[in-house]
Amino acid sequence: MATKKSNTIKLKFDSARNLSPAPESKSAAKINPQYDLFINGRFEKPLSKKYFATINPANEEKLSEVAEAGNADVNKAVNAARSAYDKTWKKMPGKERAKYIYRIARMIQERAREFAVIETLDGGKPIRESRDFDVPTAANHFFYYAGWADKLEYAFPNRMTQPLGVAGQIIPWNFPLLMAAWKIAPALATGNTVVLKPAETTPLTALKLAEIIQEADLPPGVVNIITGAGATGAAIVNHPDINKIAFTGSTDVGKIIQRAIAGTAKKATLELGGKAANIIFDDAPLDQAVEGVINGIFFNQGHVCCAGSRLYVQESVFKEVVRKLKDRMETLIVGDPLDKNTDIGAINSRQQLNTINDYIKIGQKEGAEMFQSSGNLPRKGFFCKPTIFTNVAQSNRIAQEEIFGPVLAIQSFRTDDEVIEKANNTPFGLSAGVWTDKGSKIFNMTTKLRAGVVWANTFNKFDPTSPFGGYKESGYGREGGLHGLGAYVELV
Amino acid sequence: MIATKIIPDFSQPAHIDQVGIEERASRFTKRSIKNETKLNGLKLALNMIDLTTLEGKDTDGKVRQLCYKALHLHDAYPGLPTVAAICVYPSMVNVAKKALGDSGVKVAAVATAFPSGQAPRDVKIRDTKFAVQQGADEIDMVISRGKFLQGEYNFVFDEIATIKEACGDARLKVILETGELVTYDKVRKASDIAMYAGADFIKTSTGKISPAATMPVTLVMLEAIRDFYYKTGKRIAMKPAGGISKSKLALHYLVMLNEVLGEEWMNNHWFRFGASSLANDILMQLMKQRTGVYQSANYFSID
Repeated sequence: MATKKSNTIKLKFDSARNLSPAPESKSAAKINPQYDLFINGRFEKPLSKKYFATINPANEEKLSEVAEAGNADVNKAVNAARSAYDKTWKKMPGKERAKYIYRIARMIQERAREFAVIETLDGGKPIRESRDFDVPTAANHFFYYAGWADKLEYAFPNRMTQPLGVAGQIIPWNFPLLMAAWKIAPALATGNTVVLKPAETTPLTALKLAEIIQEADLPPGVVNIITGAGATGAAIVNHPDINKIAFTGSTDVGKIIQRAIAGTAKKATLELGGKAANIIFDDAPLDQAVEGVINGIFFNQGHVCCAGSRLYVQESVFKEVVRKLKDRMETLIVGDPLDKNTDIGAINSRQQLNTINDYIKIGQKEGAEMFQSSGNLPRKGFFCKPTIFTNVAQSNRIAQEEIFGPVLAIQSFRTDDEVIEKANNTPFGLSAGVWTDKGSKIFNMTTKLRAGVVWANTFNKFDPTSPFGGYKESGYGREGGLHGLGAYVELV
Repeated sequence: MIATKIIPDFSQPAHIDQVGIEERASRFTKRSIKNETKLNGLKLALNMIDLTTLEGKDTDGKVRQLCYKALHLHDAYPGLPTVAAICVYPSMVNVAKKALGDSGVKVAAVATAFPSGQAPRDVKIRDTKFAVQQGADEIDMVISRGKFLQGEYNFVFDEIATIKEACGDARLKVILETGELVTYDKVRKASDIAMYAGADFIKTSTGKISPAATMPVTLVMLEAIRDFYYKTGKRIAMKPAGGISKSKLALHYLVMLNEVLGEEWMNNHWFRFGASSLANDILMQLMKQRTGVYQSANYFSID
């Protein structure tokens, strides 16, 4: 048999991408044409009298319209939360609080399919991810923190805990339901009441959660869910009767919040941006490492604060890794988020798509070499091909700034010390990944990498029992696990 | 110019992460195969089967019966493909060859003291040559797992190379018996040894040891084939055998094949299923696709 030169060899993956459509049915998802604000256990018309539309980013069609909470509405929600805190929630024994939280968890499980479909319709993420990751993990957070509610004395031995009061919680659009669960579950378990604002592009699953909270018969005012954009968030942050701010979102807004609460008694946890280094050594299981890189940067279209957006590969395996990565990218299916075979769904908004496309242009202009997977994008909706850059300089903006999209910057390195220095050479410090077969190397790396989460031989793994949070401009405070409880209590 | 064959150092460890490979393998099972893709996949899977009987009680009559089945899978469904091959012991090659005639269905023979491989090399060579003389198109050999586990990789390599020579024009399938190698690192190493020593196919199992073929093991081997292809430009075929009896699982394997090696491997020259009961399950699914209802197992021939 004639042997081809290996540099001309190319595997063909067109048929792997072209499968017959397998769409998930929309019939499970009941979406009202209009949603009001969930305050004091009831859906109430906004005093602002304003509504705004939320669309499906995969086809730009309007799904529903939701109320825009003005200052007066925020005030009403905070008052409801305060009154519920004083009159019922802070006095309720932990085991009683736990019953409510367990009930919410079970109801999320019962309506998992509906949540998954709505999450995908409103946010653009593939149904495979909302079904297998977002919704089950959200339910798990409620289950986990329900378990702590009557065991706080064991969480903090020899100390007494007191709730903080009313928590103002502002969450992003990348994991709408899951972020709501991350925020609400520990707050309720520790005896706080909540005013939560989902992101303006993805309010629907939080409002569905409000319906569940209503059905679960949680005392009115313990959880209030109000919708709106930046101004509504600012009104929550600046409200004098809020005791704690929990924010997940961009570093820019995180800085604004810090300025706003400076000099007040408000506590805060901020979970902000990231530019994680994913590091592959030459003794790594390379195919699994490549899979980890794929999950690290293309999970949820790269809309993940801890996404592995900088890849460092040891020089001796650099070519092989890039080749494997390109082959793997060719098998990723980009398209209709509701199709069960879709790997990469729609970018969350036109604005975010423009940001990503700008960075792709910047990367090319700065001299990096771009590769995008083959195959066509849908004509309608906001889509972006999975993209990687090689020949990247550490000073390139695509290697420095958070893109929040399916764009990866790849560099090579020679030694452990060199890659530690490069990985830490960023204003962020949320997560990192290390791939090697050598245990001692993993421990050496994890102690020296300045990142809140370091994954070894895996990436983007989450569990309610594990704390999550950042160093440097990636924010402060931890959510999840025992640490997540600490952010909602005063120890006396 | 002297062509030098570069052979890797097999004493170096292979790096396969167990958690990672199993997670990747399970992701193929999340693909939802519907309508046209499903129909094409089922027919392709049918056409990739090595219909197998490897029993002490095999007789001429039994083998002939199986050959008829290979050619007439389900006459109620016109236009069906045949299976790829009939897989038998060397003593049955002659019978199978005659029964299949010029149908194009290949005859594969298991040789080299199948299934244990515990015999001297000259016996294995004789076994192989006998099968080839009888007319076998393909030889399924077993590696010496004992020697492999002792770290005698050169012995295993040389044995495969010797059998390859004895095969002549017949294509050589090298059975690693992955259930006895246990770890993924070892499966990868055995795959590399077999390919560099001259295997045309690498095959998971004899079917006599449990576990036989699994998706993660097959994935390790497919990735080995891909890396070998990039290094040498030479294509190697793959045969998972044992434990694949349902259409849905066969479709998952095809998804995996398509996403690891691509469409050029999606035919029975480069991929086979070693199975006996898979054919009827696929036939049942094909009839369901055509008629909209499931028929009972009684409607499909048992041979």
